[in-house]
Amino acid sequence: MKDFGYNISKGRSINLDEYRPEKVDRLLEAVPSYKWCIGCGGCTATCTAGGLTDFNIRRIHNAFFRGQYAGFAEQLDHCMLCGKCLLVCPRGVNTRALIINMRRILEG
Amino acid sequence: MDKFAFYVLPFCAGVVALLVISVWKYWRWIRHLDKLQRATVQKNIWTWKFLPAIWETVRESLLHLRISKKNLVLGYMHRSLAFGWFLLIVVGALQAYLAWPHGHPLWAAIFFNYFEPAERAGISPNFTHAALMANIMDALLIYVLSGLALAMLKKLWSRPLGMKRTTRHTLVDRLTKLSLWCIFPLRLLSEGLTSSMFGNGGFMVKALGTVLATLNFDNEYCEYTSWMLYSIALGTFFTLMPFSRYMHIFTEVFLIYFRQLGVSDSNKKTGYTMFELSACSRCGICIDGCPMNKELGVRNMQGVYMLQSIRNKERQSHQEALAENCLMCDRCVADCPVGIDLSIVRRQVRIQNKENIDKQSTYEYLKPIKAFNAIGRVAYFGGCMSHLTPGITEAMESIFQTVGQPYWFMDQEQGICCGRPLLQQGFEKQAAELRRKNSELIANSKATMLITSCPICYQSFKKEYNLAIPVVHHTEYLAAMLKNGKLKVRFDDRKVAYHDPCELGRGCGIYDEPRYVLKNTTNLLKTKEEREHSLCCGFNMGNPLLDLEQQTKVRNAARDNLMAVHPDVIATACPMCKKAFAHADTTAVKDVAEIVAANLVKNQ
Repeated sequence: MKDFGYNISKGRSINLDEYRPEKVDRLLEAVPSYKWCIGCGGCTATCTAGGLTDFNIRRIHNAFFRGQYAGFAEQLDHCMLCGKCLLVCPRGVNTRALIINMRRILEG
Repeated sequence: MDKFAFYVLPFCAGVVALLVISVWKYWRWIRHLDKLQRATVQKNIWTWKFLPAIWETVRESLLHLRISKKNLVLGYMHRSLAFGWFLLIVVGALQAYLAWPHGHPLWAAIFFNYFEPAERAGISPNFTHAALMANIMDALLIYVLSGLALAMLKKLWSRPLGMKRTTRHTLVDRLTKLSLWCIFPLRLLSEGLTSSMFGNGGFMVKALGTVLATLNFDNEYCEYTSWMLYSIALGTFFTLMPFSRYMHIFTEVFLIYFRQLGVSDSNKKTGYTMFELSACSRCGICIDGCPMNKELGVRNMQGVYMLQSIRNKERQSHQEALAENCLMCDRCVADCPVGIDLSIVRRQVRIQNKENIDKQSTYEYLKPIKAFNAIGRVAYFGGCMSHLTPGITEAMESIFQTVGQPYWFMDQEQGICCGRPLLQQGFEKQAAELRRKNSELIANSKATMLITSCPICYQSFKKEYNLAIPVVHHTEYLAAMLKNGKLKVRFDDRKVAYHDPCELGRGCGIYDEPRYVLKNTTNLLKTKEEREHSLCCGFNMGNPLLDLEQQTKVRNAARDNLMAVHPDVIATACPMCKKAFAHADTTAVKDVAEIVAANLVKNQ
């Protein structure tokens, strides 16, 4: 191709749906059902810990996928693993495994 | 030297090796018992508790009665090898004592037939029962050999012995088994060859000797070689024993004694765990019942493989992978003929695995508890899951009101979890934090009794908490109220199949109370797999690795068992099981409490 001495710079925007931080890959490997989530928030609505604190699984879930981790390790500790979220999830996401593994990835 | 031949050396070396290694191992494990376990032993060791221990040792280590309950032939196989060999040793010692009342070396009893002829060692002239003893020994050898034949059959085709799958053994285990299998045929051959020259032995050995005498070969050379091989087989077996599954032979006795003295497992690996690991005979009985094997075809994580992995100190990550992949339904605990608490050993590995992320300070957000005055009332703890099945809590409330029982619904709003789901996943410290919080709440309320609707909470309150008040599951409460006449119900003639929840049945031994309630309220049907054989609903909180599809497969097996008797209603006593079956299809799924509540006779 003829070199005219200038070029078109590549787009600098990041498509967050394609952005896959390494931590997300690790999480997906451990809990494949992570990707089935439709963000309905049923888990958060029923959450025992969520009733007492601002712990919000849906928010953490979405933020984790986007590569934002700050402050979530402490929040994840609030979970009591009671499993209510698991039973209400319409997509069969293994939410408990998700939380255990997020904690491992963020703290372990 | 009198009564000595060089071939006895391998046997003697084996016995010495076995003694030294076992004593060393047992001494180390006993030192590793934790404080509580040691205190229990010291408290109970000089009491009469050793008597039931002796009885259990005879029943289980020698006669193998629990295995016989699973399958008679399998029981016979284990009994003939264990009890048969034990009798061979005891009667052999007696025979040697009668022959040489003035003493003899240890090996002379083991290789009795070799030393018996007058040319080799002087037999007491008063040895009157010689023929009888020889015949008894032959009969015992036949008994052991029949067990050995069954063991060989089991290796090729295990179905007739009641086992669909058998354990995949390690190389050491196989070598040890090979040496064990060689021992008894070689003994028969050696005795036969000696008999072919001296005509001694009982009915079988003599007959074999007569046949061998007609063959034309160098009897003396063959006889010595055969006894040598017998001795080598014994020596090899004894040397390998402490490193193989056959360590269970002695270890099971220790385990039975400790258990009868009241020792139990703790949340950390202790000396008692080491005894449990080695008491596993790797019989593989835990494999067939396991829902992970039956429904999902996973055959590497059952109790036998997990214990083996821990005992052989396999990679930590491998041990953890095996320990995590389990529904914790306790089916293997119910099946284990040695009585090893496989679920607790599994939990120990899980706790070890979560060490890095298990934090004590996690639940500081829980507010200081406002004391609720529940004097004269019972506390009712629905449990997290019951909040997703409001039918159960509503039913219980309406029953309390009908009976006129003052109650306090302690987790109606803002209740917290009982902590068992955390503990089962290995978060020991966090679980303890929740337990502390709930205990405080209950103690401050001065409630007289705790009633819970969720078997998970029930098991937790009963076993893990140390509450001063009685803890009952709602089925126990309903049964008691029906018995004392405070609760009256109409008879509902629908057919009901009852599903035993794992945590309530195998976990806490509550089988009869829900059945009593159902029999008095409905037509209760019998299903094929019930009580301690009941199938897991698959949706419990035990296994964090299963996906929905796999859980559904496990659930469907349990459902098929119930639907096989064509019930109108599936009854259960656990909100989790109820949810699991309710997801499946249109058959009504009801909790025992809901069935009672629907048929209450009010205004008594």
